[in-house]
Amino acid sequence: MSERNASSSGTPGAGGTGGVGGFRDRLLGRVKLSGWLALAAPLLAVLFAALITSVVLLIAGSSPLDAFDALAQYGTQPRTMAVILNSATMYYISALAVAIGFRMNLFNIGVDGQYRLAAVVAAGVGGAALLPGVLNILLVLVVAVLVGALWAGIAGLLKVKRGVSEVIATIMLNAIATGLASWLMSNHFGVLNGNELATRPIPADSQMPGMALISGTPQLVNGFLVVAIILGIAYYVLLNRTRFGFELRATGMSEPAAVASGIGVKRMIVTTMVLSGAVAGLAGMPELLGESHKYSNNFPSGLGFDGIAIALLGRNNPVGMALGALLWSFLSNSSNSLQMLNISKETADIMKGVTVLSVIIAYELVHRYRIVAEQRRAGQETAAAPAAEGAAA
Amino acid sequence: MLMAAAACGGNDDSTSTATSEASSSAAPAGAALKVGLAYDIGGRGDGSFNDAAARGLDKAVAELKADKKELEAAAGETDAQKEERLRLLASNGYNPVIAVGFAYSESLKKVAPEFPDVKFAIVDDDAATGANISNLVFAEEQGSFLVGVAAALKSEKGSVGFVGGVDVPLIHKFQAGFEAGAKAVKPDIKLQSKYLTQPPDFGGFNDPAKGKTAAQGMFDSGADVVYQAAGGSGSGVFEAAKAAGAMAVGVDSDQAALPAYADVKDVIITSMIKKIDVAVFDFLKHAADGTVQSGKTVYDLKADGVGYSTTGGKIDDITSKIDEYKQKIISGEITVPSS
Repeated sequence: MSERNASSSGTPGAGGTGGVGGFRDRLLGRVKLSGWLALAAPLLAVLFAALITSVVLLIAGSSPLDAFDALAQYGTQPRTMAVILNSATMYYISALAVAIGFRMNLFNIGVDGQYRLAAVVAAGVGGAALLPGVLNILLVLVVAVLVGALWAGIAGLLKVKRGVSEVIATIMLNAIATGLASWLMSNHFGVLNGNELATRPIPADSQMPGMALISGTPQLVNGFLVVAIILGIAYYVLLNRTRFGFELRATGMSEPAAVASGIGVKRMIVTTMVLSGAVAGLAGMPELLGESHKYSNNFPSGLGFDGIAIALLGRNNPVGMALGALLWSFLSNSSNSLQMLNISKETADIMKGVTVLSVIIAYELVHRYRIVAEQRRAGQETAAAPAAEGAAA
Repeated sequence: MLMAAAACGGNDDSTSTATSEASSSAAPAGAALKVGLAYDIGGRGDGSFNDAAARGLDKAVAELKADKKELEAAAGETDAQKEERLRLLASNGYNPVIAVGFAYSESLKKVAPEFPDVKFAIVDDDAATGANISNLVFAEEQGSFLVGVAAALKSEKGSVGFVGGVDVPLIHKFQAGFEAGAKAVKPDIKLQSKYLTQPPDFGGFNDPAKGKTAAQGMFDSGADVVYQAAGGSGSGVFEAAKAAGAMAVGVDSDQAALPAYADVKDVIITSMIKKIDVAVFDFLKHAADGTVQSGKTVYDLKADGVGYSTTGGKIDDITSKIDEYKQKIISGEITVPSS
């Protein structure tokens, strides 16, 4: 069945157990759906998620209609739209970082530690105001990218040189990053103000200006939205229009095949981890340069894990992940308005989890439907062919 | 636990009772107070910090006939999300609005000026200031000094320990006071300290297993009294003390009197009490009377905003000595370090 599937989807290099057509390939978006099926899967997922959430709300003794009404009202106010866009910017950059690894079967769980360590060091350097104005913004960004890249590079090197799974290495590096960041804060960058330990704020002339994109609210949209969109386009171009991207995808599909065709897999692993870490380093920058202007104990944590969920939601597709990030941000921000209806804040978390599962299940169902449909069509064609030949003879 | 809150409230109100009684009768009747309260991570039910604020709120609901709306924080959220929480409460007609925890400092700074008619209060923070912001802060180090004295007097091995939830400046105040108190009694006392997590991982305030391991380590290396300022992780410290046949000191609430700790109350010799409930209730009472004052109110030993508990009678023999130190702190003879 899997052979039929591989050949019919027209993708090369189906070798070994990780061949194209397996569950993992469908999960990571390597097998594309076409036509109306591409639309059916997400619709089915949304329907699923709404259904399961309704059941959860009913069990908890709340009215699903009231809850969805509150969500709809919340999501359509100008202020909240701006807030949702702002959080989505961080989520999207984090998801891009995860997706770069995913496309090569590298599971970079370390995005979380990479963006936090990058943010601490970048905030310390930015707060010192070594350079004036825009130059300081650039310096902060370069520092963040370098720190993220180096931290992820450690995991890449460990995998190549010592065969340490990147999953284990990045989890451990997350813990070390937390300790290191804490040490840097209390001994080097941190300034105590009341009960808050924070870095020196980045000077006003080096802050990322906001944009008045949405009318009817004084809430500005973070300037990093532009950066996030550029990163999304760069991600698409890099993976689909460059040799590096081709080699990355080829290695992800089948490592033995990649080796056979002369791709330096070890070099690819290190490069991909470094690239993933470099993007991860930027994930904290919308908050640092555009919102809080300093790193404190209040800096958002767990962005890296949000990124993993959103990469799965968007199936590593740049547009899909953008939609996923918006949905994720909407659900994260809506917990307050649900609480106004006395619905517990955990409901929003349940909705997020249910959505990820629904997307995975819906896509899998649609894929299976496609495979069965293709087999049936192939069966009809092969049954029709001998009959035609017989008639001719 | 409500009784304790009520009793504390009675003590603390002694100075202002006359004035507030007078003005409350003058206030228009029937205008129910709509109180909005934003919790820190953990929310209602953490058996410690947030619960103390919740007790003050509950008392206000019962005694002042106030309406309430409570919103909780999510782990890892941004300042923007905290701002939205405060804004949502204020824009839905909740006035006054109370932010529980210094984490709201930055967000309150931004939101308070947008709602000049709404009275805001923030617990544990004096960095956010404004014409409509009341800062309710505590001298945790002074209360911790007294339980440090108690721990040192009760320790037979001359060795005590401190378990902090998260390595943040606020919790450093508890440690500094505790150690200063212990040293004041026994200058050569052996001190140990351990923080469960590093920020921005605030899990140390809600991880009893980590608390238990940390305290076990201290008991194994010779300590016989451990003081915890670890929120929900404190129950693990109490369990470790029970298993080791040692003693523990509670925090924030009179923990030996809380039903949640009934199993381990025998090891809790005293608790450092931080009267967040009193501060919250006082603020709400003033709000009901229309006599809210903006700016900082310090709840220290002098104002009876911090203290120690005697539930269980484990330190009845040494209260006179502890109270000597208390008087010295109040008179200014002893200055307790806060870091």
